[in-house]
Amino acid sequence: MITHFFNQMPALVVVVPMLAAPLVVLAHRQWAAWLIFVGACWAIFGMAFLLFVEAKIAGQVSYAVGGWAPPFGIQLVIDPFNALVLLLVTGVAALTSLYARASIAAEIVAERGYLVYALLLLCIAGLVGITITGDAFNLFVFLEISSLSSYALIAMGPKRRALLSAFQYLIMGTVGGTFLLIGIGLVFMMTGTLNMADLASRLPPVADTHTVQAALAFIVVGLSLKAALFPLHVWLPNAYTYAPSVVSAFISATATKVAVYAVFRFVFTVFGVDYAFGTLPLGEVLLVLSAIAMIAASLAAIFQTDVKRLLAWSSIAQMGYIVAGFALATPDGISAGLVHLLNHGLIKGALFMAVGALFWRLRGSSINDLAGMGRAMPVTSAAFVVGGLSLIGVPATAGFISKWVLLSALFEAHRYLLVAMLLLASLLSIIYVGRVIEALYFRARPDDVTEHAHGEAPLGMQLATWALIAANIAIGLHATPELGAAQRAAAGLMGGGT
Amino acid sequence: MSDWLGQAIASPALALFFAALLVAVTPRLLHGLWLVGVPAAALALLFALPEGMHGTVSMFGHELSTLRVDGLSRLWGAIFLLSAALTGLYGLNVKDRLQHVASLLYAGSAVGAVLAGDLVTLFLFWEGTAISSVFLIWARRTVRAHIVGVRYLIIQVISGLLLMVGTIIHQRATGSIAFNTLGLDSAGGWLIFLSFGIKAGFPLLHNWIQDAYPEATVYGTVVLSIFTTKLAIYALARGFAGTDLLIPIGAVMTIFPLIFALIENDLRRVLAYCLNNQLGFMVVAIGIGTPLALNGAAAHAVAHILYKGLLFMTMGAVLYRVGTVKASQLGGLYRSMPATTVFCIVGAMASSAVPLFSAFVSKSMIQGALGYEHMAVVWVVLLVAAGLGAIVPGIKVPFFAFFHRDRGYRVKEAPFNMQLAMGATALLCIAVGVFPGALYALLPYEATYNAYTLSHVINQLQLLAFAALAFVLLYAARLFPANVRGLNLDTDWAYRRALPALVERFRQSSVSLRARVMHVFSRNGSRAADWLASAFGLGGAMARTWTTGVMLLWVIVLLALYLVIYY
Repeated sequence: MITHFFNQMPALVVVVPMLAAPLVVLAHRQWAAWLIFVGACWAIFGMAFLLFVEAKIAGQVSYAVGGWAPPFGIQLVIDPFNALVLLLVTGVAALTSLYARASIAAEIVAERGYLVYALLLLCIAGLVGITITGDAFNLFVFLEISSLSSYALIAMGPKRRALLSAFQYLIMGTVGGTFLLIGIGLVFMMTGTLNMADLASRLPPVADTHTVQAALAFIVVGLSLKAALFPLHVWLPNAYTYAPSVVSAFISATATKVAVYAVFRFVFTVFGVDYAFGTLPLGEVLLVLSAIAMIAASLAAIFQTDVKRLLAWSSIAQMGYIVAGFALATPDGISAGLVHLLNHGLIKGALFMAVGALFWRLRGSSINDLAGMGRAMPVTSAAFVVGGLSLIGVPATAGFISKWVLLSALFEAHRYLLVAMLLLASLLSIIYVGRVIEALYFRARPDDVTEHAHGEAPLGMQLATWALIAANIAIGLHATPELGAAQRAAAGLMGGGT
Repeated sequence: MSDWLGQAIASPALALFFAALLVAVTPRLLHGLWLVGVPAAALALLFALPEGMHGTVSMFGHELSTLRVDGLSRLWGAIFLLSAALTGLYGLNVKDRLQHVASLLYAGSAVGAVLAGDLVTLFLFWEGTAISSVFLIWARRTVRAHIVGVRYLIIQVISGLLLMVGTIIHQRATGSIAFNTLGLDSAGGWLIFLSFGIKAGFPLLHNWIQDAYPEATVYGTVVLSIFTTKLAIYALARGFAGTDLLIPIGAVMTIFPLIFALIENDLRRVLAYCLNNQLGFMVVAIGIGTPLALNGAAAHAVAHILYKGLLFMTMGAVLYRVGTVKASQLGGLYRSMPATTVFCIVGAMASSAVPLFSAFVSKSMIQGALGYEHMAVVWVVLLVAAGLGAIVPGIKVPFFAFFHRDRGYRVKEAPFNMQLAMGATALLCIAVGVFPGALYALLPYEATYNAYTLSHVINQLQLLAFAALAFVLLYAARLFPANVRGLNLDTDWAYRRALPALVERFRQSSVSLRARVMHVFSRNGSRAADWLASAFGLGGAMARTWTTGVMLLWVIVLLALYLVIYY
């Protein structure tokens, strides 16, 4: 029985949230919906952890969906690379589930609360699916599942602008999805297969054709759109700003990260390092774009007046860090990119949760609204400070580990200009984080505040926020396990795929 | 594991961090215990630790030694902990918890940095000092203090980044992260040197000291004056002892801040300039690099922390009671604050190196070391600096604050705890001068030296007599620079005036450019022009939401870019 369960785990990680979604709709009541949501999220987090351990021991876990042997059937693959991403997605989902109840109750009309839970579950299912699937077309399907649910989630935001933002995101997301599909179609045309491992072995003979080159271009552009890589980032600030707090927190920590994962899953596993970075100059293009992203988006973040928007712009800059690491295509670079992918997920999740808690109290998230909240909500404000320090990359936080390994990798690759850019971007991050901290602690509360604007956020929200903060500190103090796992993943990717 | 834990608990730095936590969570009644008692206990702990490397931790695949106890680090750790206890006493009447927590974290980071056995640990604590100390400036809670604090933090963080990058390069070149003599023969060494130089207030890298210190709170300035710069002196002594370049750098440092100190009106800023000048003496000594010179640098650091701390404490007391430390508004305070006056005079005499006061026994070691090495020019420069130094902080500060013209202030004497702290520090200043043997016994290197020879004493008394004479003559002839309200900018003019002006010009020209471009494109394509102009202007940068069409345009551009490159 137990072994049977273990064998089915790769499928269950996707199936549990997907089936929980209609259950939530049937349950309809808020508390019942929430209970199902919490159960599903923690269940898949537990399974993800077991899969992570299994992948670490065995090197790779493979599962043939429906008993159809790959390359004909759909294959689910968990290797050291995506096991880490899977852990991030499910871990953030589990904490989001604690956070969600109070936040949703405050921001969404009660009759529609259950829809948020259902959509979040579908989004989680999609993201998990993208992460573990070993089939190119299946990846597209999961991408659409997660995208469609996130459009709807963003549209549920409390302000009317949320609708427009969601609509814009829908158009851009659909274009991205279409590009991905075109790219997949092109490689299918050339090889007749959709299984990633199979593609990897069949592509080299036909690699020198324009069709395959175009396929790579379409896939990279399509997924870059979902990953908000500069200059395809413009949908992101609005989407994150106007979405409900819980959605901002979850999506900022996971969705773009999974998209980056998908880009490099295709680039490294399907097309191969030598082809994408040797024969074709993909690395150079990505490095230039990520360098611009670091600086331009950090500058933009400085000028924001809304904290959620500020964090969104900072996310775009941080995607630059992540992609720069991967685009070096060296073992150190890939592991640095992966480390920052995980750490940034934890940082941004925590920061958006803290801002969400402030929003819960204040009904606003502009920097001016936050004036003097350091005294009114000390616990939440402290969480924001620690998260902000981690974002800057202060020692003893996860952000520092990221910065350290990224700089080491850049030095080793002799990319000194990028080193300078990264250091400049981290100086800029001091300014934009500093602006928020200044408002929280060094400005007085406006006089006309009504009495209710005091007191901390509900326990669930604080618990989730501080759990992510604690993860930041834990990684900052003891990074060896994370670095080891990332290096294993990088070695696997450089070794020529699954 | 338990061994590691035991060593970690034995770290004086951690003791201070723990004290900061206790201050944050316990009622105010107990704060005296944490602010004074814990540093004192940590001091005892430091002397109980055997010499050698402790607290080895593995991180990033490197062995970090977080606790190195030897002569040099023990002396520095001891004076840091002692002054942490004294400033804790001084600040006991401050109700703002934030300042206490920040100062304990700051002191803990400084002690941790001094005890660091490798560059990575040093960097971690180096950043710690930067981040914790800025709160002492921000805690003044004025807009001006906020702006100054941001400037201060940026410069401190740049120093940290240089240290980090330098460490990475150094590690790649040599394969070692040990913090021993580094030297200037590699890129990594230069970056680290620059990083230390910023915090040590090298000429042209110094402005942050005079910019930030006088803007902190009463308590904050005293704390700030102790740690950051002296930590940098320690780091130089550890990494760059005997580097010839330090001698000219230090010689320049001893002279030029005094010029500004002469004309400055804010007495705390005067002290900040003099602090910079005294750092010059230590930098010169480190540049000489003989055991006697290094001992001189160490002894002078100890003496300097005590008397400069004392002077800042007295000025802090004046600020606390009167509300200003502008020389042009002060005078005649000796009637209402007699004890503070006495303490200030003790501090001034100690800083002027009057025999039987602390700086006499330390400064003469540096002069002596120069003499042994036959560096006549530098010797003369330092002598001039000592003479000027006797005029500026030695006479100017007490004279204008407490005597001069009576401005009619009738205020209360400083609070009791402040008096207690100032009294203890003043006693230490005298004790070091009267019994130099105790200090010499703690010095890290083997070198015998006797400050109280007849020629030394006579030399010094002559110098001081002339300095006093010069002051009297200048003052009588009304040639002594008048105390006027105003802002003295030195090289920080570049970033406080020129840069903002440049940015403003840039902004204005880009605004007009935008207007022109808008004019041209007003019919069609205005959106693209709009984007172009605002991206230059940084006003809204690219932060505006693009229409879906423009977004799609970019998608196509990027796809085309890839296709063109691939074909």
